[in-house]
Amino acid sequence: MNPFELVRFAFGAIIAHPMRSVLTSLGVVIGVAAVVIMTSIGLGAQTQVTNAISGLGSNLIIVMPNFQRGPVAQAAGGGFSLRDSDVEAIQKQVQNVAAVAPTVRGQVQLASDGANWNTRIEGVTPDYLEARDLSVTQGRMFDEREARQGRKVLVVGATVARELWGDSDPVGRRVRVRAVPFEVIGVLESKGQAGFGQDQDDVVLAPLSAVRSRITGRRSRGDAVQTIYVKAVSDSTLDQVQEEVTNLLRDQHKIRQGEDDDFQTQNMASILEASQTAIKTFTLLLAAVAGVSLVVGGVGIMNIMLVAVTERTREIGLRMALGAKRSDVLIQFALESVALSLVGGLIGLGIGALGAFGIAKLGNWPAAVPAWAGPLALGFSVAVGLVFGAYPSWRAARLDPIEALRRE
Amino acid sequence: MIEIEDLKKVYVMGEEQVPALAGVTLSIQRGEYVAVIGHSGSGKSTLMNILGGLDRPSSGAYRFEGEDVAHFSDNQLADFRRRRIGFVFQSFQLLPRLTALQNVELPMIYAGLPPRDRRARAAELLERVGLGARKGHRPTQLSGGQQQRVAIARSLANRPDLLLADEPTGALDTKTSEDVLKLFSELNAEGLTLAIVTHDPDVANVAHRRITFRDGLVISDEHGEARP
Repeated sequence: MNPFELVRFAFGAIIAHPMRSVLTSLGVVIGVAAVVIMTSIGLGAQTQVTNAISGLGSNLIIVMPNFQRGPVAQAAGGGFSLRDSDVEAIQKQVQNVAAVAPTVRGQVQLASDGANWNTRIEGVTPDYLEARDLSVTQGRMFDEREARQGRKVLVVGATVARELWGDSDPVGRRVRVRAVPFEVIGVLESKGQAGFGQDQDDVVLAPLSAVRSRITGRRSRGDAVQTIYVKAVSDSTLDQVQEEVTNLLRDQHKIRQGEDDDFQTQNMASILEASQTAIKTFTLLLAAVAGVSLVVGGVGIMNIMLVAVTERTREIGLRMALGAKRSDVLIQFALESVALSLVGGLIGLGIGALGAFGIAKLGNWPAAVPAWAGPLALGFSVAVGLVFGAYPSWRAARLDPIEALRRE
Repeated sequence: MIEIEDLKKVYVMGEEQVPALAGVTLSIQRGEYVAVIGHSGSGKSTLMNILGGLDRPSSGAYRFEGEDVAHFSDNQLADFRRRRIGFVFQSFQLLPRLTALQNVELPMIYAGLPPRDRRARAAELLERVGLGARKGHRPTQLSGGQQQRVAIARSLANRPDLLLADEPTGALDTKTSEDVLKLFSELNAEGLTLAIVTHDPDVANVAHRRITFRDGLVISDEHGEARP
């Protein structure tokens, strides 16, 4: 017989009890919706972390003092174990380096034209832009000479520009930084939010020596550096650069074999990889938990299919008397179960997509339903329908037509 | 058309063996109108089930137009029922969800007839049994006599060689019983072979041949025209 007719039989039976069919597929609806939402939350987390980490710059190695070192080292270096001499050594001796950017940081109050803003100040060299993949949209960056001289100039982030001067051009404005007058010479290109709500545009850049002498100088030695950004020329040289920097700095700091480093290097690529792996595992776990509700939904379908086989025993007997093969009966009931599950899966997919969209809108979280979620969810619902419809369908097909016709 | 030789059927109930047919030999020719008579438990229903391919004998031979039905597989029996047999039941056995027309279409769906053809044939059959105006009615909207006529139309759908009716008037009043029996006589007159199981002598007297069963055996086999 025509297989399409069996599909018609199956849908006919489902439509005959609309309320019951809806309630039966509810388990699968919830299961599929949960899997879709969990997966998209997980993917959102992945996007979030990737943006946050790659926002720091590509092919980047971050060198920082090691604060975990013992109290003696703390006393000696005051937490500022990196020096200008380290930066020069890296520039001269390490191969495949595109840029080396030493920085010192501080939190400062800015005042200009009657407006106030509290922000982060970074004392940097011109190489900082290349190391961090930044660029200047208005005005210009300070050059090597200005940096060396410690000129009191600022390149401001987009947020700072907006907060202090609104829409008008910040270039040429005078700003007081802790009562020291600076001149704005450029505006950074906006990088937007990093992950976890951190605003990457809420920053001002100034020459390293100017920040040292005017802002952080009182608390540290004149040649101390807080963070050194080392940018490798390519992804493939990243590990080699990291190793060479580490060896060089151990040399510079006269650290003997077996002693702990007084600095640490972080490779952005490996951090990214590690966090992505963690999030993937986490997403899989979430989806698996949600998948349990799919199994519960399947049991609900099996239950109703067993009821249906009992209720329709006479119908099954009649169909056999009219010439239906056992396989026809088996397929009819299996299709009915798959159809119940599949309809539930479709509704669940819709609800899941809506839910993910809602989370993205309301929760400000980049939750996105991946393209493969559709086929996957539907594949799962077909599988659930088949697995849990198998036993009831088999029972229907095994009925003795004479017994079945006699049943009240 | 039908040849049965020493047919036996034994049901096993726990440790007891209950013989339903104890060695039946008979033949039915094409175009005959047979009534199978007997008390309940006489074996007449068992014989009908075997004749219709719903059940297999424990031993003995059953040939239908030369085919060895006794040794058919489940799938062969399903084919045999679909192509050769039309069933009419005491309780009509119509599917309540379907209209009269859809009920008549059902056997033709299993036969693989295209929708247009089977709809046309179902409509034609409903006209034939006098229900042309009730094609869209569901079984609950029809009287008992009308339901049984829908069932008869359904039994004719795949042009069977043999129509088997099991107490076809058992659930009907006298007037509608007469209508149904008249329809059977007309169908027989058109050449259809009929076998009716009944315990009602009035029904049996319409047939041209009366086979009486007792304790799983044929005790009489009378040929002759319908009695008045």
